Amino acid sequence: MGKRILLLIGTKKGLFIAEGDEGRRSWALRGPYCSTWPIHHAIGDAATGAIHAAGGNEWFGPAVWRSEDLGESWTHSSEGLAYGQGEEPVSTVWSLASGHGGLYAGVQPAGLFHSRDGGRTWRHLAGLRDHPSRPEWNPGGAGLILHSLVPHPDDANRIWVGISAAGVFASDDGGTHWEPRNRGTRADFFPDDQKYPEFGQCVHCLVMAAGSNGRLYQQNHCGMYRSDDGGRTWESIENGLPSSFGFPAAAHPRDPETLFLLPLNGDSAGRFMPDGKAAVWRTRDGGASWQDLREGLPQEDAYFGVLRQAMTTDVMEPAGVYFGTGSGSVFASADEGDSWTEIARHLPTISSVETMVVEHDS
Amino acid sequence: MAAAQDRKDSPTLVVRLPGVLVDLFPGSARQVELQAATVDEMVDELDRRWPGMRGRICDTRPAIRKHMNIFVDGERATLATRLRPGMEVFVLTAISGG
Repeated sequence: MGKRILLLIGTKKGLFIAEGDEGRRSWALRGPYCSTWPIHHAIGDAATGAIHAAGGNEWFGPAVWRSEDLGESWTHSSEGLAYGQGEEPVSTVWSLASGHGGLYAGVQPAGLFHSRDGGRTWRHLAGLRDHPSRPEWNPGGAGLILHSLVPHPDDANRIWVGISAAGVFASDDGGTHWEPRNRGTRADFFPDDQKYPEFGQCVHCLVMAAGSNGRLYQQNHCGMYRSDDGGRTWESIENGLPSSFGFPAAAHPRDPETLFLLPLNGDSAGRFMPDGKAAVWRTRDGGASWQDLREGLPQEDAYFGVLRQAMTTDVMEPAGVYFGTGSGSVFASADEGDSWTEIARHLPTISSVETMVVEHDS
Repeated sequence: MAAAQDRKDSPTLVVRLPGVLVDLFPGSARQVELQAATVDEMVDELDRRWPGMRGRICDTRPAIRKHMNIFVDGERATLATRLRPGMEVFVLTAISGG
């Protein structure tokens, strides 16, 4: 038995799949799938082998697509992905996560749904929208979206979400009750005496470090942070980075000290690669220091951005790192970011990149 | 029971569906004949035949989706629009995208 790596690439015009060999040296692209619907996020469910792709279509509304044959055929459903009559309807699905035999979906306007049947039907976890802070949630540039979903790998009752721009919220009882967890993260867009509110921060991406020890990282609109207590307190780790602004963060699959970022040049400076030179930034010590990784990445005229869900790692040894750009290129590293290769280009705007490892006979 | 009787007595309609919608529901067709007294009932009948189709045409306010249009005898309809025998109903996708 060998392994293949599937890169699930969500774009503005459908899902694409890049399929690589175990060494991650040669790649073949296929797609687009999902009837060229905008796909914000796609994941492979290791427990079932299914691929789930989340999105929304201007004509037809939200849906989660499902393939049980690695992308060859697809079904779609939005059954239960709905708020009550009279409420602003769910327009699109932004994020997916699997765990403990179920699937989670984060939607716009921000809310959380759960499925126990592989995405065929969904149930609203209403506790999040029942939080008393909800009337004061304000949309970020992409709308009021629940974009980050972090179920605890070992404890089915614990889950964290990131909402733009309401901040990080966590539940310890399976989604019934929630509390904001933003202490120590800045909101530079508020008045001077209100820059550290209980909620309302513009979290861009929330990820969990390997090891189940409660460590979280977040890229925020206003800084980069680490928490070692499940998000109750946050510490800035932006010293040494070229800017405090970016969208994605990707955790190493085994080392909780290693994290990958893609800082952009600033929120009001164009939001592209600093000086037009592309770099992934890596820490090996939990954010105490940072190293820029540039080998194989364009070092002139690189005026692209990378969206919040468009960078990820794989579970191989050494770990692979991948990111997709707003201009439709996918870059891959098979050596934990030391060197990079462009493995796809000219795709539609890339919203997300995730990996899936599958076994094959030959 | 009364609703079932109403539906039985409802007029037969010709409903024309857009290809991009039909493509999402294997086995559906561009032209459909059915009985319904209102557009709302018509969408319910489409959903009964092809589960999930209501959610593609309507949102949960409930209303016809912003970028979908339903025309009944040339007039833009709402879910409440009443239907008469022999009417032709067009379900259309609006200009959208980028």
